[in-house]
Amino acid sequence: MSEKKIESVLARCIPGLTSLAKKGPSGWMIIIGIVIVLALVVMTVIGPWISPYNPSAFVGPSVAPPNSQFPMGTNVLGQDMLSRVLCGGSIMLQVAALSVLICFIIGVPIGLFSSYAGGFVDSACSLIMDALYAFPGLVIAIAIAAMLGPGVINMSLSIAVVYIPTYFRIVRSQVLSIKELAYTEAARAAGAKWHTILFRYVFPNVIPSIVVVTTINFADAVLTAAGLTFIGLGVSIAIPDWGLDLTKGRELIASGAWWVITFPGIMIILLALGFTFIGEGLSELLNPKLQR
Amino acid sequence: MGLRVYIITRILLTIPTLLLLLTMVFLIMRVLPGDPVDLHFERKGTPEQIAQMRQILGLDKPLWNQYVDYLWGVVDIGYLLRHGYPNLGKSMQVTSQDVGGQIFSVFPATLELAIYSMIIASVVGILLGTVSSKSYNSLLDHLIRGFGTVTYAIPVFFLGIIFQLIFGVYLHWLPTGLRINPNVEPPAHVTGLYTIDSILEGNMVKLVESLKALLLPSLTLGIILSGIFIRLTRTNMLETLRLDFVTAARARGLKESTVTYDYALRNAFLPILTMMGLQFAMLLGGAILTETTFTWPGLGSYIVGRINYRDYTAIQGAVVMFGLFVTLVSLVVDILYAYFDPRIRL
Repeated sequence: MSEKKIESVLARCIPGLTSLAKKGPSGWMIIIGIVIVLALVVMTVIGPWISPYNPSAFVGPSVAPPNSQFPMGTNVLGQDMLSRVLCGGSIMLQVAALSVLICFIIGVPIGLFSSYAGGFVDSACSLIMDALYAFPGLVIAIAIAAMLGPGVINMSLSIAVVYIPTYFRIVRSQVLSIKELAYTEAARAAGAKWHTILFRYVFPNVIPSIVVVTTINFADAVLTAAGLTFIGLGVSIAIPDWGLDLTKGRELIASGAWWVITFPGIMIILLALGFTFIGEGLSELLNPKLQR
Repeated sequence: MGLRVYIITRILLTIPTLLLLLTMVFLIMRVLPGDPVDLHFERKGTPEQIAQMRQILGLDKPLWNQYVDYLWGVVDIGYLLRHGYPNLGKSMQVTSQDVGGQIFSVFPATLELAIYSMIIASVVGILLGTVSSKSYNSLLDHLIRGFGTVTYAIPVFFLGIIFQLIFGVYLHWLPTGLRINPNVEPPAHVTGLYTIDSILEGNMVKLVESLKALLLPSLTLGIILSGIFIRLTRTNMLETLRLDFVTAARARGLKESTVTYDYALRNAFLPILTMMGLQFAMLLGGAILTETTFTWPGLGSYIVGRINYRDYTAIQGAVVMFGLFVTLVSLVVDILYAYFDPRIRL
């Protein structure tokens, strides 16, 4: 991207952010959330260049507490925790992004078609989705991930299965009300084809609610990915990862080595918190029922 | 419709839900790649051994046949009466073990953890949520809401580890794992819930020990869940406090605490109760991670222990058990709801 383009993008984004700030606390929540998430993404991308050591190299003594040489201490293998924290977000971000994408690609169309078609198709889809929805999500994710084995794609798939029903339900309930509105009826009366109505008239109006679900889905995906890693269904140990560091660090707590778990844990919380802030802010902005 | 008819209809309606659940879990387990037989022999089995094993486990039969066999086993009442647990098949890791028996022996641990976590989550959540709604838009309100949001973003096992570190490793106040101090004999099995069994036995030492072991895990899970309850209570209370009957109660000169707790909270409670039922599913997901963190010998630890062996039947059985639990809880919530609010039965 050329510098001019970046400038024009920034010029468009910044007024957007300032107008968000004028919307009060919920606007500020969105801004803080975006800043946290962007900062973590940037940190992960440039992590390999700015980290003081190679995150996978054994550079210091085993389990050294934070000191001037290793500001966040070292883990049991003598790897520098600061470098691992700086580089450790990539797996989690990949899994979150991929699982949200899968949910979106599968959940939204099923919701659109099912509710638009109505009748038996709709009842069958709803029944299956409701059963999935009522079920402990993590249990399903664990069962699927256990069968598929570790890996970024497998993790994303097993997380996606859990959240597809959420997208389905939200899209379905929206479409059910939108398809009875006057303007869709007018389009139908004017002879518009069903796919035109579905994608040109109905879909754009569903987007705002999907956006809220998506951001909250991001936060959930991060936490679920961390959970899957924790019970041993994460990715290989060669790649620095917050979830994995937390899991490995747990074996050391009897020795009181707090630094091995605290820093990766805080990073996971920050990432999930960033997405939660964006989601909560958006849902309050879009659903101002409670703002007196 | 009377309450009794409603309850019977509602119970009958859970049967198709459970059947659907069973079918989905069965299909997911069989259709996805990953073979327990290969893993049983650590990929070193001869073709004959593998074929023999597949025959023992019934994996050589066509899929629909396996499905019918499995369903038939689950509904076999005679087996249930003889053993005290349903026939959920044999473990694929150690073929002599009955999955049903194993699941029913570890389940009370999960149930006990779930009950105490739910109590902590609802007490903390409803109290803080009420306080938050009373001091709407004040600093206290923002702090409580902030707390709620942060709990939502904390991985449950991270909070558990931090608690272990503080109260177990540094302060030596509480045990960091297991259901009871290993030096204390567990209470005689009646309900399987150690706290209840200790009381039934009249043994205070065992009660204290099992409560001590329960405190950190249930606190961990309870705090993580309390955020949702805070938000729910707050939203519902804000809506209720604005209604006319609250204003009327206040106008009659009733004490503010009476208005809040006896009038508003009582009416805001029904939607909270419904959400509590729904949150049970989430609580069970968190329970798996909490159990792993605290080496709590429940269903979650069981499932995690079997993952590496792709023990179809064990994972399938545990997942179905989780599903059954959630279905039963939502059944109870619906019945309670109908009891409290007769309009539901119409």
